[in-house]
Amino acid sequence: MSARDRDGGRRREGGERTMVPRAEPRSYYGRPVIKEPVWTWQIPIYLFSGGLGGASAGLAYLAERAGNDELARNAWAVSLGGMAVSPLMLISDLGRPLRFLNMLRVLKVTSPMSVGSWLLAATGGAVAAAAADAWMGRLPRLSRGARPAAALAGMPLSTYTGALLASTAVPVWGEARRELPFVFAGGAAASAGAAATALTSARNAGPARRLALLGAAAELAATRAMERRLGALAEPYRRGAAGALSRLATALTAGGAGLLAGGGRRSRGAPALAGAGMIVAGALAERWAIFRAGFQSAADPGYTVGPQRERVRRGESEGAERRAPARGTQAYPAAGSQ
Amino acid sequence: MSAVPETAARQPRAWPGAYGDEARPRVGFFTDTSVCIGCKACEVACKEWNRVHDSIQGFSGSSYDNTLALGANTWRHVAFIEQRKPAALDGEAAADSLVQLAARRQLADEAGVETHEGEGIRWLMSSDVCKHCTEAACLDVCPTGALFRTEFGTVVVQEDVCNGCGYCVPACPFGVLDRREGDGRVWKCTLCYDRLRDDQEPACAKACPTDSIQFGELDELRERADARLAELHAAGQGEALLYGADPGDGVGGFGAFFLLLDEPEVYGLPPDPVAATRRIGGVWSAVGAAAAALAAGIAAAFLGGRR
Ligand code: SF4
Ligand code: SF4
Repeated sequence: MSARDRDGGRRREGGERTMVPRAEPRSYYGRPVIKEPVWTWQIPIYLFSGGLGGASAGLAYLAERAGNDELARNAWAVSLGGMAVSPLMLISDLGRPLRFLNMLRVLKVTSPMSVGSWLLAATGGAVAAAAADAWMGRLPRLSRGARPAAALAGMPLSTYTGALLASTAVPVWGEARRELPFVFAGGAAASAGAAATALTSARNAGPARRLALLGAAAELAATRAMERRLGALAEPYRRGAAGALSRLATALTAGGAGLLAGGGRRSRGAPALAGAGMIVAGALAERWAIFRAGFQSAADPGYTVGPQRERVRRGESEGAERRAPARGTQAYPAAGSQ
Repeated sequence: MSAVPETAARQPRAWPGAYGDEARPRVGFFTDTSVCIGCKACEVACKEWNRVHDSIQGFSGSSYDNTLALGANTWRHVAFIEQRKPAALDGEAAADSLVQLAARRQLADEAGVETHEGEGIRWLMSSDVCKHCTEAACLDVCPTGALFRTEFGTVVVQEDVCNGCGYCVPACPFGVLDRREGDGRVWKCTLCYDRLRDDQEPACAKACPTDSIQFGELDELRERADARLAELHAAGQGEALLYGADPGDGVGGFGAFFLLLDEPEVYGLPPDPVAATRRIGGVWSAVGAAAAALAAGIAAAFLGGRR
């Protein structure tokens, strides 16, 4: 019997409960109830690159419509970079990389990874066509339809990753299902704006800089909202690797935004470049923090059992446990002790 | 087997409808842990029949359990729990484990002191398995369609389709599936799909010497479980409970459910499992709202000047 069980267990005798307060959720030798994900370092990079590429497509398209060609070209290039990295990350994380095309065997709305694979394929193709036109004047006819399509598909591509994580049994992901898409939207806007700011002359970089600042503010606010929602479950964000990454992300995003707001307007000077770099790094660190926090919360049975047992105690459970025989059920005649 | 029953209870999405005339009655397991003796015949029979790879982990120190959890190479897992029941003993604190108890006995023997049988230690044993959920999160999230619902209402991975994306691994609320090292794909209990197609019962149920693992049509197993629960309650085992026997729970009822003698978490099972994909509608709404907010934010960034 585990130490937790011995100390924290509610004792029962003949069906009657003695009110021994429970210190910690009970468990089986302290072992996890759910499995930690098998995903490796590629996945947090993918969470980042998909958002960067998707939001950059939106930025590029609107810059083009506004006649800001320098910004448009740079944003298409960033978007293409994100679209090139994303599938590499996804495929190399597969247990059977050569079977990656099996992702496009079916389309299932119950599977965010399925929807995301199709979104990524569509956005990637459209962005490639748009970038080819913007930089080399190739494929003008194809790109006329591809550009708005890339911008449009890029938006959900940036936020569906919230659904990807939330549709698991991992406590800090599932319970943050309302906020995660907004955290990813904020990070996508911040990193897309910051990357384009760094590449574009100050003369044309205004919209990108404002997007970076807006995105940084949104990312910080959405992260706070997520931790508030998680309540006691937010503990992994204050501990271990996830805690360190989370603090790093906040410092980078807030510090970068400060630098960019202060020094960015006049020129593409050192402070603005440093600020942009910090915002991009902050968005990546925030995703890594969320990724690690998921592992930490999956590894400790307390995060799985605690909230569920609490639901049972409040009478709000879905009812997997049933203590009473169904009405009208008779014991086997052979057992007739009554 | 009899025809598929017409029932108003919650059914899996792709069963029986998708199979038409080929649908078979939904089958499953009722694992009555009150008669389990911990012999592990089920673990061995499963490994042999399904040619599951070995999973030697050494000596765990967790009672007689050296398998520790379900996974790619463990499709049946027998849990061993040594528990101190709050039985009053003559002034002496109850032993914390069977090992401690044995040590005390030996000491008492050597000293010629009289001891009592039992000493308030009890052993709980339970053979765990994939629950073949009515609403299976693993199946719902699988992007390749490798996980599918069979004509028996069970949940099976197609090894020739799975690309090892790993999404099902953290999606399962019970931690059943895992990726097999060196292979890259995920593996889990198939409820002996091959045997079912030959009208044979699964290997674990066949091997279980106490009928702790009972195989059969789900509706009938549920009735049997209710009778067993009533029997145990009548015999004074008021702590006995059914786990996963009802279609109303967070996964729509288990295809493989249990009779337990303590809370599920004591056996390493979640007390209130919910398939995360149940909430997919709300999750997509949040994704859509965030995407719209992102588009609005990008547009707003163009409101000022170029600089
Ligand atoms: S127990 Fe897990 S692996 Fe088995 S059907 Fe349910 S969700 Fe899938
Ligand atoms: S690992 Fe295989 S079975 Fe699991 S979700 Fe991915 S493709 Fe499906």
